[in-house]
Amino acid sequence: MSFELPALPYAKNALEPYISEKTLEFHYGKHHQAYVNNLNNLIQGTKFETADLETIIKESDGGIFNNGAQVWNHTFYFMQFAADGCEEPKDELKKAIESEFGSVESFKDAFSKAAATLFGSGWAWLVKDAAGKLSIVQTSNAANPMRDGLIPLITCDVWEHAYYLDKQNARPKYIEDFWKVLDWKVISERF
Amino acid sequence: MSFELQKLSYEYDALEPLIDARTMEIHHSKHHAAYTSKLNDAVNGTELEGKSIEELLANVSKHSKAVRNNGGGFYNHNLYWEIMAPGGASQPEGDLLKAITDSLGSVDKFKDAFANAAATRFGSGWAWLVKQGDSLVISSTPNQDNPLMDVADVKGTPILGIDVWEHAYYLKYQNKRPDYIEAFWKVINWDEVAKRFKG
Repeated sequence: MSFELPALPYAKNALEPYISEKTLEFHYGKHHQAYVNNLNNLIQGTKFETADLETIIKESDGGIFNNGAQVWNHTFYFMQFAADGCEEPKDELKKAIESEFGSVESFKDAFSKAAATLFGSGWAWLVKDAAGKLSIVQTSNAANPMRDGLIPLITCDVWEHAYYLDKQNARPKYIEDFWKVLDWKVISERF
Repeated sequence: MSFELQKLSYEYDALEPLIDARTMEIHHSKHHAAYTSKLNDAVNGTELEGKSIEELLANVSKHSKAVRNNGGGFYNHNLYWEIMAPGGASQPEGDLLKAITDSLGSVDKFKDAFANAAATRFGSGWAWLVKQGDSLVISSTPNQDNPLMDVADVKGTPILGIDVWEHAYYLKYQNKRPDYIEAFWKVINWDEVAKRFKG
């Protein structure tokens, strides 16, 4: 089985001015594509040749893990955006966030801080555990919380390639804009 | 005493077109400046205040994450600016050339191995040419770690280093890290590398 780059559910300029078309051209068209290509090359002739991404994330190491997890992470990242995403979480998701973090604002502050302070390349995540309890975690490089049995709901890519063309060293500005394109309808469905 | 942001011995546009002025300016005046001020925040008013950067790095496992990350960022960028220059010697010479040949086979083999270490470091980090006694080895480290740190897998004195954080090359080279690495060879100040090799 060979993996393919999934189509984006929006145009490459749809997230302007928060995430630029140029950034998406590289981030999706080059980085995400390269992870797909690398993964397809690396799994040939290994026990992961017919595995799905979740199995690869949970069981592989080294280059197969790095590329497999990055394929999954980027797909999960790109699929959570929309030009006209609803502005705030609602219903059950809103209740769960409020009960864990106090308010949607406090949750956003805590998540933003996790994204801003992850040193080097990596990801910030909102996850839920098997009991449905929400928490915020940071992972380095390609690492993915599913490896620890957690279920991802939101992810913010803080590799510099996610924001450097638009924001350069100002990672907090990228995170601020991240909230403006996050489609809470997608997050509700994941929840 | 506080750590100070080192001034460059050349202009931001001096390495054009290989490394562009905008990248240099942001890299030095924003990234390096932030590591420097955060390092000061982490050590000032503590028992670490007044220690040299080398002392801090040698025992970094005993210190906070902030000292490791920002101390490394402070030191690594100081080295990076100094081992680059417009119009430096184009190849290693003399004792350094001999050490490269003895330890790594040839200048071409050294360049291939160093470029490979830089290209394959996954995520943010550095690749190094490291002096261990009279011999040389190549290594790479994640994030802002370096061979002077007690936590490094390969320890020694770094005499050449390339920053492969995306901020070092993204504005000009984007996803093409290998193109940046190729350009890097053309701006190396081999006189400075030789000086560091002599110690």
